Amino acid sequence: MTGPEIDRLIHLLARLPGLGPRSARRAALRLIEKRDTLMAPLAQAIADAADKVKTCAICGNFDSVDPCAICADPGREEAAICVVEDVASLWAMERSGSFRGRYHVLGGLLSALDGVGPEELGVGRLLDRARDPGVGEVILATPATVEGQTTAHYIADRLADCGVRVSGLAHGVPVGGELDHLDDGTISAAVRARRTF
Amino acid sequence: MEWTDDAIVLSARRHGESGAVVHVLSAGHGRHAGLVHGGFGKAHRGALLPGNRVRVRWRARLAEQLGTMTCELVDAVAARAMDDPARLAAVSSACALCEATLPERQPHGPAFLALAALLDALESESWPTVYVHWELALLRDLGYGLDLGSCAATGANDGLAFVSPRSGRAVSASAGEPWRDKLLALPRFLVTGGEGDAGEIAQGLVLTGFFLERHVLGPNALPMPAARSRLVDRLRS
Repeated sequence: MTGPEIDRLIHLLARLPGLGPRSARRAALRLIEKRDTLMAPLAQAIADAADKVKTCAICGNFDSVDPCAICADPGREEAAICVVEDVASLWAMERSGSFRGRYHVLGGLLSALDGVGPEELGVGRLLDRARDPGVGEVILATPATVEGQTTAHYIADRLADCGVRVSGLAHGVPVGGELDHLDDGTISAAVRARRTF
Repeated sequence: MEWTDDAIVLSARRHGESGAVVHVLSAGHGRHAGLVHGGFGKAHRGALLPGNRVRVRWRARLAEQLGTMTCELVDAVAARAMDDPARLAAVSSACALCEATLPERQPHGPAFLALAALLDALESESWPTVYVHWELALLRDLGYGLDLGSCAATGANDGLAFVSPRSGRAVSASAGEPWRDKLLALPRFLVTGGEGDAGEIAQGLVLTGFFLERHVLGPNALPMPAARSRLVDRLRS
């Protein structure tokens, strides 16, 4: 039905998150129809990103400069490091605008299923950063899952002799959440983490 | 093919965008896998944490297919254990061991009951003792139970202090003394009952770990799950 170039395009698009074979076909068709206004700029943007985006040697974030814009920003707090699972989590924290410190991207979680051990997480780099006298707090913002919290406890143990305060994100009722719709685990975590009014 | 059963989640692995291939230990159908549509979505992810008790409904056109599963949360065990690193390590270790050692799709009622009892016991302070008993029960269910009732050499049932690594039978202190370097220590609480102290718990984990590796993991070329090693390290510290 189509040439090998289009098939290849559809095949590659279908590997992107959120796109299946049908939606990849629609996306490919739209790109071909808007060749000059969409496809060529997109191809250029992808080529530029592939060429210029690198991993920040300090925190593990993606940026076109190394150190990344966050690490190089003198306006951000030096004293707090927020440890996140991946760059998507970092972006989520940045979207919230609630944290103005530095980050450390682990690049995964301790997982027996995926064969990820402590060595793969680059915890050594985090310890080196935490030993800096200017750092006063490490915030563990790993997911509220068994793997996420196992990783958080492991890192907290390793940070014990670094002389920094180690904290974790609160778990409980989300903003706009109704108790009736929450699972038992979330409610029990919220009760344990209750605070005085 | 369709069944409904009580189960404990052992693991959930992402499949595609938001699906999950979930392994559970069920009461009547043993360790079983199934595809949970939307398992990694916002609504279901909290239910599919290892250690959680769920009500499972599995269906497939043919028995040998992976099949699809729906899991309704019954008890959020994992969430309760999350704040305590040692208890969380115990949940991870128990689930990882079940996943590594129990054969798939073979009913293991005693293993399910033992795991459920362990998860219930995590609320108490004596859970490390229960954990060692649980690993012994797992070995027993797999057909490699240890005989800790009487001395392999003399038949006596008092003064038991060692376990023979060859036979898995208890050995009394007097009979085992000449070979103490080659024998495994038998913690007192496994003979007399009651609660073990930190040293005895460590001895118990060495004992069960030896036989798990020798009889179950080793022959299948499987390493000891990292989660169990982390539990051992945590209980030692």
